[in-house]
Amino acid sequence: MNAPAQSIRPHGPSAISLGSRFGAMLRRHTIGALILLLLAFVAGIEVARPGTVTPIWISNILLFAAPLGILAAGQTLVMLAGGIDLSVASVATASAYLMATHSSQGGSAAVLWGLGVGLLVGAVNGLGIAVLRVQPLVMTLGTGLMTEGTLIVYSQKLMASAPRVPSFIQSLGSGKVLGGVPIDLFAWIPLGFLVLIGLPRTGLGRLIYAVGDNREACELAGVRVWQVLFADYIMCGLFAAVAGLVIVGGTNAADMSLADVYLLPSVAAAIIGGTSIFGGRGGYAGSVVGALILTVLNSLLTLLDAPEPIRQILYGAIILLLAAAYTRLTD
Amino acid sequence: MTSANPPHDAGRAGLGRFAQRHPGLVGMPLFLLLFLAVTVAIHPSYSSFDAQSLAMGAMPLALAAAAQTVVVISGGIDLSVGSMIAVTNVLAAATMEHANFGQAVLLSVLVLAIGAAMGAANGLIVVYSRVPDVVVTLTTGFIWSGVALLILEKPGGGAPDRFLSLGAGTFATPWISGALILLIASVAIIWIPVQRSRLGLLLYAIGSDKAAAFRSGVNVERTRFLAYVLGGLFSAVGGIGLIMTTGIGSPLAGVYYTLSGLAAAVLGGVSLSGGRGGMVGPVVAAYVLTLIPTDLIFLNIDPNFGQVIQGTLIVLVVMAGGLVALLRARKR
Repeated sequence: MNAPAQSIRPHGPSAISLGSRFGAMLRRHTIGALILLLLAFVAGIEVARPGTVTPIWISNILLFAAPLGILAAGQTLVMLAGGIDLSVASVATASAYLMATHSSQGGSAAVLWGLGVGLLVGAVNGLGIAVLRVQPLVMTLGTGLMTEGTLIVYSQKLMASAPRVPSFIQSLGSGKVLGGVPIDLFAWIPLGFLVLIGLPRTGLGRLIYAVGDNREACELAGVRVWQVLFADYIMCGLFAAVAGLVIVGGTNAADMSLADVYLLPSVAAAIIGGTSIFGGRGGYAGSVVGALILTVLNSLLTLLDAPEPIRQILYGAIILLLAAAYTRLTD
Repeated sequence: MTSANPPHDAGRAGLGRFAQRHPGLVGMPLFLLLFLAVTVAIHPSYSSFDAQSLAMGAMPLALAAAAQTVVVISGGIDLSVGSMIAVTNVLAAATMEHANFGQAVLLSVLVLAIGAAMGAANGLIVVYSRVPDVVVTLTTGFIWSGVALLILEKPGGGAPDRFLSLGAGTFATPWISGALILLIASVAIIWIPVQRSRLGLLLYAIGSDKAAAFRSGVNVERTRFLAYVLGGLFSAVGGIGLIMTTGIGSPLAGVYYTLSGLAAAVLGGVSLSGGRGGMVGPVVAAYVLTLIPTDLIFLNIDPNFGQVIQGTLIVLVVMAGGLVALLRARKR
């Protein structure tokens, strides 16, 4: 064991510093590294403003992280298959808006309208990407534009009734029960477990990894790749629709740019969480921690009391640093 | 490279062959002519004024498409084009407001340099961080749009009238507007020397096969970097074009130009897998995309349908391309 190990290390054993050993440990337990980073951010907030980190603060972080976590679930699913979905923000907005304008028809009908948008756009994305082999980036960019444009026309011409957010959606997006447990966790946790357990344990989940790793090999092995991808984009659309409902429950106002700010974080949460955009590598656990890190980061930047543009610049710069550090660490 | 091309087919008509080799040079211009014919048919009083506003509306978008095209040809993607246009646009608007014509021209040189510097930052981060270019430019786009808001909080600023008339004025006849001439001149001045030089060849080479280019001794990283610099430079011309045609700085212009510019590049025959496409197709496609909402107004249809049609057009064009490939594969 020792001799061959030395022969591939030109500098000999003495060159292994504590740092590189730590690095090697992080490489093996990336989730651990991410959680450490999350705790470091939380500690940073507590140091900057002592007394900030309270049970209420933690419950608020979870409340705000849930919609991002749900969006990131869809994004992780398509990224694992080697794709990306740039239409998630438009789908979330459209879902929220259609739900709100159909709320007079009753709660379940309204929710079905919202989820229907996710299903429809997801199916169109799936059709183009899975069957016609269009690049995911262009396809979802196009469907995002279509969704947004249709929504604008709809809001001006065809709207069923004025948008109103039903009270149960409001409590879904902003309510808390049992002395501080955010209600949206009851949407996030079951969906999250479904993805977390489904990805490694179900046939579809493993095929998503396999297709992302090597599409040609899957085809040669007899996998119906188009069915895997089609299902993948439909799931992503549905997750985006659910996230839209949670977001509008939090803001209590359905407007045309409701979920725009979530597009970058949905991709960033998955990337920071270690999911490769080229497919086949990563998992949802990382994205969950990624979503929490981004939410804590947002809270940290809010505490800084800096003007909005400065916050935006810092947020972007830190995302880039984290993504770069992660890529260095794992490559 | 040449061995991949099929041998000369003497029986085929010259034009058909030309069209097959350069789809961007034939397809899109024909499409534009068709669109213009339709426009004149539904709006018989189409005048030089309409032509001028078309040229003014299309110019920043055409430059956004040009910026995207350079990067996509090299096998990358730049989702920060719109934000770079916004930054250069508000920078020009904020600094030129009280300047005279000569100062404004000097300032626009500075703005061009800053555009190229932003592109260089994109390129450096893409090359050295090894983070995928989609993620990098999505994030830098977010950062640049913060910078744009920092320079100008809300639409405002301005530029001296004589400077604005370079884009808004007309030249020789009222049909030829300054915007059209500036567009053609700037694209030609930047792109033709690049395309004719070694760099142009290298851009196409790394776009079509990075590994093969690397093995042939191409400095892939340097070429990718230069592609992003050119993208930033084109974006800066777009930002200056935007102030020339609208008269003010708009910090929130970003999103529209990123998405529609990429759409124009794709519609103009630039392959997102890199290495294929030219500059004429995307620039002409930008005119088509600008003409759609105008036609809708002429037809008394809500111009908001324009975005739906743009999105549908992209989706249909790329899906049709996929369908053709699928059918061809079946036949074999």
